[in-house]
Amino acid sequence: MIKPVYINSVGSVSVQKTFDNSEFLNETTVYNDTVAKVIAPDYKQYIPAAQARRMAKGIKMSTVSSQTALKEAGREQVDAIIVGTGLGCIGDSEKFVGDIIDNDEQFLTPTRFIQSSHNTVAGQIALGIGCQGYNFTYVHAAISFESALIDAKMQLENNEAEHILVGGVDEMVKHHVDTHRLIGHIKSEATESSKLLESNTKGAVMGEGSHFFVLSNKMQESTYAELLSVECYNTLSKEELPVKINQFLLENNVTLEAIDLVILGNNGDVDFDSYYNELSETYFKNTAQAYYKHLSGEFDTASGFAFWLASKVLKTQHVPEVIELNQLSTQKPNTILIYNQYRGENHSLVLLKKC
Amino acid sequence: MSELKLELKEKIIEQLNLEDIAIEEIADTDPLFGEGLGLDSIDALELIVMLDKDYGIKLADPKEGRKIFESIDTMAGYIEEHRSR
Repeated sequence: MIKPVYINSVGSVSVQKTFDNSEFLNETTVYNDTVAKVIAPDYKQYIPAAQARRMAKGIKMSTVSSQTALKEAGREQVDAIIVGTGLGCIGDSEKFVGDIIDNDEQFLTPTRFIQSSHNTVAGQIALGIGCQGYNFTYVHAAISFESALIDAKMQLENNEAEHILVGGVDEMVKHHVDTHRLIGHIKSEATESSKLLESNTKGAVMGEGSHFFVLSNKMQESTYAELLSVECYNTLSKEELPVKINQFLLENNVTLEAIDLVILGNNGDVDFDSYYNELSETYFKNTAQAYYKHLSGEFDTASGFAFWLASKVLKTQHVPEVIELNQLSTQKPNTILIYNQYRGENHSLVLLKKC
Repeated sequence: MSELKLELKEKIIEQLNLEDIAIEEIADTDPLFGEGLGLDSIDALELIVMLDKDYGIKLADPKEGRKIFESIDTMAGYIEEHRSR
């Protein structure tokens, strides 16, 4: 028998003050830039100084968000840790490669090498809590987080695990920003985040963040929502998109009318927001719509912010005004669909339901 | 010698990311490992690379490191005696 999958806790470190679970976007920070950096908690409250000194930003963020999620779920241990990341600890990767070049392949030190791999985050969390269970990292651009979700969901449904820590993390570092600016993936001019969708310019405002969740096949008092389904598509045309969404909803026995809120990944890129805009104007024209990348910035696992957002909306039954995309509103959100894509590739659909 | 000691303290803080420690807090005789600065085996590797890169000293026997890296005093003394750059 297939077991249901519940989101039993959340943890977030993002470019908004989301690390405090007792708040839900009470105040939001408006950026006027081409990048948005994470609002960091006081890491010393979470990580001993001796450990923190060797941790890259992505590891620190993830230590906090994973600890927050574990604490809220009331768990000291999980059966598995599954992480999605587009670039892993790219900062130390850059430094390590830089050292190789600068020192003519000599004098390479261990710390940066240890920290430079994609699976460092999952490994560090496991070391921190002494988890010897399944430890896996998915690296697949904009569907890295969703890939981790799919793995966790299948294990929980089949009762191969009962509690899994799942997360998505990406950090922003200088060289990565420079190269993405050079190829036009980052906006060339500062854009006020509250007017992101009106910018009418190419590229996105880049961000960073870490979002972790304890998913379980047992409901508990802290439960936020039920995860109904996750689907990914590497390539989809704008014409195919509504057909696939329709098919996805049908497979999950959910009608379009039953979707109380759709969360879209518009990032203000004039070249690719048409994927969302066409859905907004046609397929979802009678559905309350929300967006979030003016709050999170764009990065490979930004959809983790959307997952956090949807979980919070379903638990609090409150849709913050700052995320509303159209004039329609929902008073009692019961079912939420998240749709995301990046530069026309790696599309994902995630369906959540109130418990 | 005192200049070298100051230089070593700066390098250790920077290369080992000892963000919360100021140069003044490291006494010349403080043990670097264990109870002192609390450095560990990975830091020892970082220090061995630093000796090679910055002072041209190759440690053939890693066991030597235990004595050399006892404190800033012992490090500075060894470097003064063996440096090639």
